[in-house]
Amino acid sequence: MSNISGKYCIVGLGETVVGKRPDATTNSLHLEAIKACLDDAGIKNSQVDGLLTNQPLNDSHRSYAVKVAHMAGIDPLFATDLALGGATPIAMVQHAAMAIDAGMASTVVCVHARKRSTADPTPGHPIRRGDEHWEEPWGHFAAAGGHAFAASRHMYEFGTKSEDLAQIAISTRKHASFNKNATLRKPITVEDHQASRMIVAPLRLLDCSLESDGGGAVLVTSAERARDFPKKPVTILGMGQHHPHFSLLDAPTLTTLGGKKSSEMAYKMAGLTSKDMNFAELYDCFTITSMITLEDYGFCKKGEGKDFVKNGRITIGGQLPLNTHGGLLSQAHLEGQLHITEAVKQLRGNEVEPERQVANAKVGIVSGHGGSLAMHATLILGAL
Amino acid sequence: MSKDERGRATRRGQPYLDEPEAKPFWANLREHKLTQQRCSSCKKMFGFPPQALCPHCLGSDYEWVPLSGKGKIYSHIAYHRAWHPSYQDKIPYNVSLVDLDEGGRLVSNVVDCPPEDVKIGMAVEVTYEDLPEYTLPKFRLVK
Repeated sequence: MSNISGKYCIVGLGETVVGKRPDATTNSLHLEAIKACLDDAGIKNSQVDGLLTNQPLNDSHRSYAVKVAHMAGIDPLFATDLALGGATPIAMVQHAAMAIDAGMASTVVCVHARKRSTADPTPGHPIRRGDEHWEEPWGHFAAAGGHAFAASRHMYEFGTKSEDLAQIAISTRKHASFNKNATLRKPITVEDHQASRMIVAPLRLLDCSLESDGGGAVLVTSAERARDFPKKPVTILGMGQHHPHFSLLDAPTLTTLGGKKSSEMAYKMAGLTSKDMNFAELYDCFTITSMITLEDYGFCKKGEGKDFVKNGRITIGGQLPLNTHGGLLSQAHLEGQLHITEAVKQLRGNEVEPERQVANAKVGIVSGHGGSLAMHATLILGAL
Repeated sequence: MSKDERGRATRRGQPYLDEPEAKPFWANLREHKLTQQRCSSCKKMFGFPPQALCPHCLGSDYEWVPLSGKGKIYSHIAYHRAWHPSYQDKIPYNVSLVDLDEGGRLVSNVVDCPPEDVKIGMAVEVTYEDLPEYTLPKFRLVK
């Protein structure tokens, strides 16, 4: 089996201003992210020959990637929408590398934008996950509920407490406090977390991520071509996916998720282990998601996440800085697209506020997670 | 569908009674029978939701077999926010994942007790809630 580790790079990134963007549309945010990405990469739209997007929540267009490409003046040889929920942004980078490896494109934009904080005037019909009619008649309506089931189970099996989950929210907020493009920047304490209202027990408001407007994009090309771009290339070292169930009804367990096999594949491809990671940008739709992923990725044993997150270990300056941009919890929820751009910035060095730059960042791991805790994708990135 | 404050369609909150694969499930519940598909080839239970072919061996023949209605709580949560207007006066309410003794899992509610009395691992048994258009399987704690 061939190994494409080291052969493909991220050579451009774009992030829009996030938060409330009442004057923007889903379409305009995609364009804004692409423009920022191409400007960063120093190339023209006519030099891009592939484009990947996330299936929009508001399903106004089939083949949205083709529409976005043409709105952006791109004539794609390769384009498609992916639909793995919050695992999609990472899957897009993986598909971009695979398409280039297959000779179907040379320079691929991976773009994702959402309009979830303010109303989206784009016409269309909302997309549903698929099995809601086996959940909603009993009052289970929200992602917060699915993740509360996992948190409840994690607490039962391992003695994890709400105060342990708070450590992730607090550290992530601290990182957001340094990020000028973060939605929530006021530091929080365990007391704030415990005083925040219950949403779906055992998850409180401060265990939950934001709903945001914004977008992000990255540009993928071959390592050979990467040398011609102005910014320091960031190399794709490892990638993996695993989707161990579809709904809560067929989940073999809710305390070990797709991250275990997905990361094992990525580590193997990269020839690295969890000990080699200088930082981690792990999907944090809820605090419990990051805790389970820390365990599944081998940063600690299963059930020991509650101890791992203490004593500043996951904060800048600690052993494994986690979600250095403020994550979905405090920066913005763009399905993890900004976990990727943040990892690239950390590895380039000198692109983020100095207070949240990981010293000597050489290798980082990024996770994506979607659906009913069902889909998972992993990316290991490195600085050449 | 009605729209929420952000212009998104609100959740429907009801089962699809006419989904072909699931029609017998809902019809049997109307007669207070909790049933599940069992493969005629490999004899394994399908689990939920119902589907056309066996998820284990892809066999196409199956029968709807009655279940004991007994199971255990796999996980348990309490909604403190109503995502659907019909739940506004019910919060906080419990939702549980019930692992049935014969296999298969359902999202359901434990009735006749406050949310804090429900614990993971507890034994439960089915009870039926008859609504005007359909019957929902719900569960109560086994004393």
